[in-house]
Amino acid sequence: MSAPISAIREPLITGSKTYHTITEDICGPTERTPTTAWVIAFIVAVTGLALYVFSVTWTIWVGIGSWNLNRTINWGWDITNFVWWVGIGHAGTLISAILLLFRQKWRTGVNRAAEAMTIFAVMCAGQFPLIHMGRLWLGFFIFPYPNTRGPLWVNFNSPLLWDVFAISTYFTVSLLFWYTGLVPDFATVRDRAKGLRRKIYSFVSFGWTGSAKHWQRWEALSLVLAGLATPLVLSVHTIVSFDFATSVIPGWHTTIFPPYFVAGAIFSGFAMVQTLMIMTRKVLKLEDYITLEHIDSMNKVILATGSIVGVAYLTELFIAWYSGYIYEQFAFYNRVMGPYFWSYIGMMGCNVISPQIFWSKKMRRSILVTFFMSIFINIGMWFERFVIIASTLARDYLPSSWSYYSPSWVEVCLFIGTLGLFSTLYLVFMRVAPVVAVAEIKGILKTGGDQYVGPNIKHDNAHKESTHH
Amino acid sequence: MKQESTQVLYGLYNDEEILLHAVKKAKEDHLEIMDVYSPFPVHGLDNILGLTESRIHIAGFIYGLIGCLSAFLFMTWVFTRDWPIIFGGKPYFSALAFIPITFEVTVLFASVGMVVTFYTICGMGPGVDNPTLDDRITDDKFCIAFDVDNADESKQAALRQFLTDTGAEEVNVKSI
Repeated sequence: MSAPISAIREPLITGSKTYHTITEDICGPTERTPTTAWVIAFIVAVTGLALYVFSVTWTIWVGIGSWNLNRTINWGWDITNFVWWVGIGHAGTLISAILLLFRQKWRTGVNRAAEAMTIFAVMCAGQFPLIHMGRLWLGFFIFPYPNTRGPLWVNFNSPLLWDVFAISTYFTVSLLFWYTGLVPDFATVRDRAKGLRRKIYSFVSFGWTGSAKHWQRWEALSLVLAGLATPLVLSVHTIVSFDFATSVIPGWHTTIFPPYFVAGAIFSGFAMVQTLMIMTRKVLKLEDYITLEHIDSMNKVILATGSIVGVAYLTELFIAWYSGYIYEQFAFYNRVMGPYFWSYIGMMGCNVISPQIFWSKKMRRSILVTFFMSIFINIGMWFERFVIIASTLARDYLPSSWSYYSPSWVEVCLFIGTLGLFSTLYLVFMRVAPVVAVAEIKGILKTGGDQYVGPNIKHDNAHKESTHH
Repeated sequence: MKQESTQVLYGLYNDEEILLHAVKKAKEDHLEIMDVYSPFPVHGLDNILGLTESRIHIAGFIYGLIGCLSAFLFMTWVFTRDWPIIFGGKPYFSALAFIPITFEVTVLFASVGMVVTFYTICGMGPGVDNPTLDDRITDDKFCIAFDVDNADESKQAALRQFLTDTGAEEVNVKSI
């Protein structure tokens, strides 16, 4: 163990944990009966899920006419929600892949839950384009399979098809990455369980033994998957932005979209991770593993990406003016001053101005401020997508087709419904799986535990460490 | 592959540092270790054990290459041979537009291929139930295991002595 140990660096695990107490703390919640807080949350979430099932059924039964879309405003809340959810689904893989490559040890406390969140968010995102197809049962037409119509292939030049490949690849790779990380931890839960519970966890832990060779391969696999997931996560929102950027609609046809979308995705993803982490650490009493240090680090990422997004908004406005192209100028004038000015204000206020509070260390380390900020940011990022989609489509080239779009009750219920779907999945995940990566936390105990580093370092441990070097 | 059960003599250690010293000692004494088990990856262990570097990344590269070529060549075949369609006056073979899908399929093939390979070569998979030596190995114990199927009494006693001498908390025999 020759990892550099700094007495200055803040510990990542507090409470002088041993390997066994880590197992107890993290696997414990899956073994006890659910707490009242969890049950109440689950009832609310399942109600949301029921609303989701109802509004999807309604949409399919009645048709897309039940939404308030029309000839020009053909994308509304559905694609807004799609882009919003995909964006949220970026933080998990960013935390687990990019921060793994950057050797950021603090990722260990939050990567498991963040990856779970990613997978559930992408599942929610995928719903919208599918339902928007109208005839959902023909959804498989989007895949290039040999068919009796020629075979007539899909259009590989279309960004919408790129999206199909990007989202499905992203979902698959994230799921594999997450599950491979879960296997050793499921084995830990298995070895603590008895009876039927043991059988179930034995099934899902794939026969993990903890052999040295398996760990070696597991680490090699994780590293390569991280290397693959890093460009993947950047490509996904890039391709989502191509849905807009490759069109010829003023306000969409901009080259700034890919980096701006990716920064926004990381921004909103981290905000959602904060929302969930603050609740999870409280409910499951994981304050020793998801510390203020973690929250502080994530707030720094939020501040950085929020400011990048802010620069992108201003750059867009400047370029629109500087281009001298009146349609582009009108598109941006319309965004700021047009009928949807309120959503532009919401976007600017929540995404650019409010995160500046995080320049203060005190604010970054305040749970309450972080929690409310994370909600603000998610609202702001939703507005961003809405601004881009609705304000642009409501004022197209032909003034006679200008109109004002507001969602029908079905669209609103569908959005609330996906929140229910997301929460239900997350709450079930909290019950059945260790929400913090047990094995990885044990791996950083000696370099991140507060009895080894930081101000509360114990002298006998310090002595032991130095003798082993 | 269900093998005949083997007699395994194993010692449980409390800390990875002690384990590393023990493994080092075993290598110096030329004892043949069957396997070492730990609750988390212990760094430096693979070097001391003399495990060769995992070649899973090479497999990943090959899968990725297959994905890359099949996606790109398939799209080329569709748009130049099978059913050429003009989109927006662009050439049939518009290689730049093929890049996003080629990239995604490359990543997909490499990842899925590597994960499947990993579970296959480790003898793992859904529902597979490999025998384990002790339930605490996935919790807080580190384990060195010796195959004592063909070992006589004195050899076994020597191995036991080695395990206790190097700091094992517990020494047991189990047939797996």
